Amino acid sequence: MAKKPRVKVPSSAKKGDVIEIKTLIPHKMETGQRKGKDGKPIPRFIINKVEVTFNGKSVITADLHPAIAANPYFSFHARVTESGTFNFTWTDDKGGKVTTSKKINVS
Amino acid sequence: MSKVIETSELKKDVSVDRRGALRLLGLGAVAATAGTLAPMRASATPESAGLLMDKLSGSKSYKSGKVTLKTPAIAENGATVPVSVSVDSPMTDANYVKSIHLAADQNPRPEVASFHFTPASGKAKVSTRLRLSKSQNIIAVAVMNDGSVYKASNLVKVTIGGCGG
Repeated sequence: MAKKPRVKVPSSAKKGDVIEIKTLIPHKMETGQRKGKDGKPIPRFIINKVEVTFNGKSVITADLHPAIAANPYFSFHARVTESGTFNFTWTDDKGGKVTTSKKINVS
Repeated sequence: MSKVIETSELKKDVSVDRRGALRLLGLGAVAATAGTLAPMRASATPESAGLLMDKLSGSKSYKSGKVTLKTPAIAENGATVPVSVSVDSPMTDANYVKSIHLAADQNPRPEVASFHFTPASGKAKVSTRLRLSKSQNIIAVAVMNDGSVYKASNLVKVTIGGCGG
């Protein structure tokens, strides 16, 4: 989980604009359906939650299941009315969290 | 001696005595466990995907329209299938999309993902990439803040499955 997520947020926008945000985090998203070389099932290990907030307020939350492809990618939108910071949190099955943030200037 | 026992055993087989009843019970037990195990081993079905959607959306009546589900007609690689869902909504405090649920009806499990929006989302649209084990229907259900539920589904043909292997 040490790998860094990639997030794209425009650096500036006009007040009231709806902007597009893209996120991708490297993760193998082990489904729990596969078997290892020893014939034993490989335990499930996925990112099960993605949360995005802007200035502390929720923008989008996603609950993920093993049917999401490896290196989960999402694009979504946000309406910005003030300058501030987007915070991104990914949570995995073992409770591990990866966070990152992006600032945006709104004029 | 042994012949006598054999004939008596045959007779017992015909009539349902204690032994026969036990044997029937045993068969019943085997059938019952097979019945409960089978759905766990087998993949999702359109029924289980439908039940999941009823549970997630808290509704059983779906309207059509509003939901646009974009999927490839043929996915060459089931390990990563691009999918995009958008819902026609102004996304204001009075009228917005609460959540979008995605399901697949032939994967090992029907659940795919649930997205929860707020008016700050600006636009009820999300794109991601899925795993599909074989050709199947992708179902998208949108729950509005007033409780109405809209549904759309698309068939995706998969040439190489993305689960297992």
